[in-house]
Amino acid sequence: MAIHFREALKTKDFIVTAEAGPVKGANTEEILEHIELLKDRVDSLNVTDNQSSVMRYPSLGICLLIKEHGGEPIFQVTCRDRNRLAIQADLLFAYSRGVDNVLCLTGDSIDVGDHKEAKPVFDLDSAQLIHLVHTLNSGKDMAGNKLDGGVDFCVGASATPSADPIEPQLVKFQKKLDAGVDFIQTQAVYDLDELKRFMEHARKMNEKTKILAGIVLLVGAKMAAFMNENVPGIFVPQYLIDELAQAPKGTGLSKGIEIAGRLIRQVREEKICDGVHIMAIGREERVPEILEAAGL
Amino acid sequence: MIIAERKPLEEIKNMLSGYKKILVVGCRTCVTICWAGGEKEVGILSSQLKLASSGEGNELSILEATVERQCEKEMVIEELGDKVQEVEAILSMGCGAGVQTIAEIFEEKPVFPALNTTFIGMPEAEGVWVEKCGTCGDCMLYWTGGICPVVRCAKGLLNGPCGGTRKGGKCEIDPEKDCAWVLIYRRLEKQGRLDLMRKYYEPKNYRAVQRPGRVEAATA
Amino acid sequence: MNREDNKIVAFCCEHSAYQVANKAGKMRLHYPDNVRIIRVPCAGRVDVQHILKAFEKGAAGVLVMGCQEGACQHLTGNTRAKERVKYAEDLLKEVGIDGGRVKMVNLAPDMAQRFIREVKEMTEKIEGR
Repeated sequence: MAIHFREALKTKDFIVTAEAGPVKGANTEEILEHIELLKDRVDSLNVTDNQSSVMRYPSLGICLLIKEHGGEPIFQVTCRDRNRLAIQADLLFAYSRGVDNVLCLTGDSIDVGDHKEAKPVFDLDSAQLIHLVHTLNSGKDMAGNKLDGGVDFCVGASATPSADPIEPQLVKFQKKLDAGVDFIQTQAVYDLDELKRFMEHARKMNEKTKILAGIVLLVGAKMAAFMNENVPGIFVPQYLIDELAQAPKGTGLSKGIEIAGRLIRQVREEKICDGVHIMAIGREERVPEILEAAGL
Repeated sequence: MIIAERKPLEEIKNMLSGYKKILVVGCRTCVTICWAGGEKEVGILSSQLKLASSGEGNELSILEATVERQCEKEMVIEELGDKVQEVEAILSMGCGAGVQTIAEIFEEKPVFPALNTTFIGMPEAEGVWVEKCGTCGDCMLYWTGGICPVVRCAKGLLNGPCGGTRKGGKCEIDPEKDCAWVLIYRRLEKQGRLDLMRKYYEPKNYRAVQRPGRVEAATA
Repeated sequence: MNREDNKIVAFCCEHSAYQVANKAGKMRLHYPDNVRIIRVPCAGRVDVQHILKAFEKGAAGVLVMGCQEGACQHLTGNTRAKERVKYAEDLLKEVGIDGGRVKMVNLAPDMAQRFIREVKEMTEKIEGR
């Protein structure tokens, strides 16, 4: 049984979270396998919310499944698909069923997904969402009405250490920290010098928030190049694409696991961040190997 | 000004299917300036419709007219009044407001829009118009260095940027478009007013303009 | 409208093409009689609507003939004409009239043979040869 994520944040030396991505459909068999595989190996499992604006089984549904199976879920909420009413309602529901960790995200644009004619909502942005969770935590809704049955969420947000230019991102990051964030999970990082520079800024802004470096599993040079072009917030440096390209045929995935393990090990040994968030998109079953490669 | 573009010719032809005599109406204001529905464009579209229909063996009979401002009832009545009874339908090359003004005045005649009205904007270069104003009814341009985040940020964020900004400060949705929040940062930096961007902005009042909007002047 | 006729309308700039057409006539050089010459002060005077109107009134092909590049008496008339011819081409394509039925030609005042060749080529195109 996983310990409460809040506790893990307080007590663990090096925090490890991973991600479970729902499928497009009502079939929860496969994700249940991933949940069983990972729930006791990591401190918490994020569940993505229509990731990349592709319609999928909802995050909250999988979070409930994780709870049922003794795991510790992080409910990812984006602002793309729901307005402030729906978000507040979903949060009340989540809490009532024991899901009390939330990651507050803006959300990818509609255009990168598979329902390109949908109406984007974005009633709120991520900073406003963080404020909203705290408002609910204080016993009121956004309109100032008292709640009958309060909530107490552990609040997380994201950051993009490799953004270019970085200054506007830091302004936004400061707003998130000022709003009150228990943990940060960054977008994929590959350049650890860049990450170190980002962490210098971060530590000056707020010493208490736990920051987890995002590690996205690369499976080959083509996939890495594709992500560069098409996935918002991900920048894979050329030298890694080259390293993957040079791997013998059929070993791309092993090379990717090796690279991920290497990065995690370095983040931990050099104490660059307070932990890592592992995103093995579509390859959740390989996370244990990544953990092994990282010496965890 | 209002920016519009002509609909694809196929779509216009389909709307007019079955009609033999029509009136094509332009407007001398916004749509003239953005080369979409002025007197010249009325002439061009009428020629094209005649050529297309004669090619199919059934040439359309077309009257042409252009109103000073298609959204003003008096001007529409003055310019179109006597022509309308001669035709079966009206093809308006005005913006959505123009189309609806004509439709309201001549209720018995079908009125079709030849244009897609797209946004409020301005010319960026010759023949290129870009969106500037989101008509949100709650202008915050002061806080953002004169750059509208409602429409120039693809997600309409008030506390931007998002984490999807591409390298070089381009927008997540289109590498050719600038991230509005990077533009705002640079503008405010030039003016020494970055404190305005560091401020936290509460969620927007999306009901500042209750649709359908209505504004009444304080004095007649 | 009977577009089986092979009528060509040639807008001819008076500084170049119109002089050529005149000379060709005087020299009794044979050029097809399906072409109707319209004299204009500059190719730049020809607008998109003029080209479309020509087709409306039964032309099967249109030539816009001006001075050679760099030699326009009005400096940019022939350049504008070239862009308008391109635009007219797109508009005509939208209504199913394509296959090079409108063309921009740049001539010096002494290029009679060229003038004749362009008219003949357009005629052949129209007649599907």
